[in-house]
Amino acid sequence: MSEPSFTPRRSTRLSGRSSRILPQARMSGPMPWVIAIMVALSVIAVAAGLALNNLAANAQAEIEGGATVQIVEAAPARRDRQAELAVSVLSNREDVEEVRRVPDDELADLLAPWLGADALGEDGIPTPALIDVRLRGAMTPERLEGLDRAVRASVPSARVDAQASWLAPVFEAIRSLQYLALGLVLLLALTSSAAVWLAARSALGANRDTIGVIHHLGGTDGQIAGIFQRSIGLDAFLGGLAGLLLGFTAIMLLGRQFAGLDSGLVAGGGLGLGDWIVLGCIPLLGVLLAVVTARITVMSALRRSL
Amino acid sequence: MSEATTSIVQFDNVGLRYGTDREVLSDISFTLYPGSFYFLTGASGAGKTSMLRLLYLAQRPSRGMIRMFGTDVITLPRKNLPAFRRRIGTVFQDFRLVPHLSAFDNVALPLRISGMSESEIRKPVSDMLEWVGLDHRSDARPATLSGGEQQRVAIARAVIARPEVLVADEPTGNVDPDMAVKLLRLFEALNRLGTTVVVATHDVHLLRKVPDSLIMRLDKGRLSDPTGALRYPPRREPART
Ligand SMILES: Nc1ncnc2c1ncn2[C@@H]1O[C@H](COP(=O)(O)OP(=O)(O)O)[C@@H](O)[C@H]1O
Ligand SMILES: [Mg+2]
Repeated sequence: MSEPSFTPRRSTRLSGRSSRILPQARMSGPMPWVIAIMVALSVIAVAAGLALNNLAANAQAEIEGGATVQIVEAAPARRDRQAELAVSVLSNREDVEEVRRVPDDELADLLAPWLGADALGEDGIPTPALIDVRLRGAMTPERLEGLDRAVRASVPSARVDAQASWLAPVFEAIRSLQYLALGLVLLLALTSSAAVWLAARSALGANRDTIGVIHHLGGTDGQIAGIFQRSIGLDAFLGGLAGLLLGFTAIMLLGRQFAGLDSGLVAGGGLGLGDWIVLGCIPLLGVLLAVVTARITVMSALRRSL
Repeated sequence: MSEATTSIVQFDNVGLRYGTDREVLSDISFTLYPGSFYFLTGASGAGKTSMLRLLYLAQRPSRGMIRMFGTDVITLPRKNLPAFRRRIGTVFQDFRLVPHLSAFDNVALPLRISGMSESEIRKPVSDMLEWVGLDHRSDARPATLSGGEQQRVAIARAVIARPEVLVADEPTGNVDPDMAVKLLRLFEALNRLGTTVVVATHDVHLLRKVPDSLIMRLDKGRLSDPTGALRYPPRREPART
């Protein structure tokens, strides 16, 4: 009988069907689902953060350089005269782009929901005159003060407010919500890492003997870690895809509900193409996180063996 | 002749104890030369497996010095061990086949670890399985193989990458005498290609089957030297091919 052919030696990383060396290292079971849920929650949280960002940017652009002059005067005739005076003073200023007296019926429409339509009108509760002012460029405290001084010189009962200052608390709230979203995403990432760590540890334990054999046959820690990385990477990819789908569905549904509100503020909170791309990257970051966590876990565990 | 006198393995006053027990190996000193065929004999419990574990780098000694391929392997950094292990083929006493891989994939494992492509792997693995008489079982999982069949898969896996040193622990313990002789022929074939072979066995009948072999005997963890294996470099007969 002929002797078997002996082949020459070579050396690099595990290739080809090497992923079949450790089928049990598939951390399947709950792993893809855990990652799917984490990715879905992250997608929703990031979407909320991005939507809030757009909302704030929109509102900012709208009211930037805006100021409101209020003239509180009970007698309608005097009030109108003072308002005209204020409008003319404002119109003559260099730094003012646009001045508009808010018409009384528009004002009545704004107030009606709170005061009732009957309470307003000629004999009703006196309403202040409102003048919208748009400055060239952004509003600063100094410019606001200058405006205030100029108007009050002619109309002492006038009050000038920056529109942004009315909304300052809203912006603060938006900022807080964004921090909350960021915090949630970080917590989700941390939890996912912990889940991967646990799964990798238990897979290492379950495959202890096989890992020993691969070591004895000259397999490197990197090759062994690579087997686990491929397995967890595949799980994370599948889970991430499912999570992305779940998250997108939730965003669409929420988006439709907000669109139904027909509120000017929320309308500015939609997501742009760039935002969707950012959201689409979340599963990829999830895969990266899972693979890196698995590698660190496996490599540090193997370092303790001979 | 200079190649023959350059040692491939050198033990110097090696001792081994597991935990805090007494030493299972004491004052082990010997030199192995490339291309030789060694038997390591001794009663069960004499320390054969322990000594082979030192040889295939699964264990560090408690004391003494070990050089392999001209390098001190005791102080060798962990990251350099895989490269050394790839130069050593090992038949474990308990086989250690990967349970969820077929016979073919178990034998292919060393080649895959060393980075060979699938097309380069197929033929040598098939040839090897044929040689050990298991070509018809190449898709079988180890659990469905008999003890003797598992042992032959383990041997095929140990020799497939043509190691420089082959270490086999009771490699014929589970096969019938005919297969035992056939497996020894495989070791001899590998030996003729230049591999240094170390076979541990408690079966003294086996020793006679390989005429040029050198014999080391372990007795209660100490080494004796019936053929002078430890004192002299091997005599190679140039006529043999
Ligand atoms: N992992 C171990 N831990 C503790 N004692 C061991 C271990 N392996 C072997 N021994 C002991 O070392 C001695 C030699 O065993 P071994 O090397 O297996 O001998 P052999 O292979 O010649 O039968 C025995 O007394 C055995 O009980
Ligand atoms: Mg033994």
